[in-house]
Amino acid sequence: MKIHLTSIFVDDQAKAEHFYTEILGFVKKHDVPLGEQDRWLTVVSPEEPGGTELLLEPAGHPAVKPYRDALVRDGIPLAQFAVTDVRAEYERLVGLGVHFTQEPLEMGPVTTAVFDDTCGNLIQIATQPQ
Amino acid sequence: MADDLFKALADRTRRTIMDELAERSGQTLFEICSRLSMKHGLGISRQAVSQHLAVLEAAGLVETRREGRYKYHDLDTAPLRQITDRWLAPDPTGPQENTP
Repeated sequence: MKIHLTSIFVDDQAKAEHFYTEILGFVKKHDVPLGEQDRWLTVVSPEEPGGTELLLEPAGHPAVKPYRDALVRDGIPLAQFAVTDVRAEYERLVGLGVHFTQEPLEMGPVTTAVFDDTCGNLIQIATQPQ
Repeated sequence: MADDLFKALADRTRRTIMDELAERSGQTLFEICSRLSMKHGLGISRQAVSQHLAVLEAAGLVETRREGRYKYHDLDTAPLRQITDRWLAPDPTGPQENTP
């Protein structure tokens, strides 16, 4: 068994496509129309085109909003991405107008930061020792 | 008020939370929990941390603010002046009634 795909809910798939590709730098892998409005929209890291796909899933279910609102209020991220330098990535993203709820924080061997993906989620970036 | 203050200060975890908030103001619950577990090796549940924060807030040592969808915690050291005022820096104009 392996983790092939994981998903996060997004308020607006077009906005999410922009943020996850243009701002974060992922590349689109699949984009298939589903019904009238929704799409099967996935992105992958350019560093790992055959790696785990992230599905940007429409947040239409009524349970999604209260669930995400409660997590966002407490600053809890819904996904974590690995970067080689959290501080450099923080500077790059702040320059692109991204809002962080937690600035880079060194905690022993791990450095983390948390930002808002503009689609309803908080995302953590982290570096870990090799 | 004084009882709330001394009760809040009487717990090691709450003092650690204050140390961390002194280092950086404006932390989410998630950041406070991360600091306690990663920097201090404290395996406390998020709920327990929330309860500690509520005690600190009741004592006026922590203030919370909503900013858009996020909730941040700030340290407020003003209540600590009660301690210095009471024992360390008596008012030179004369004795005053003490808080019981």
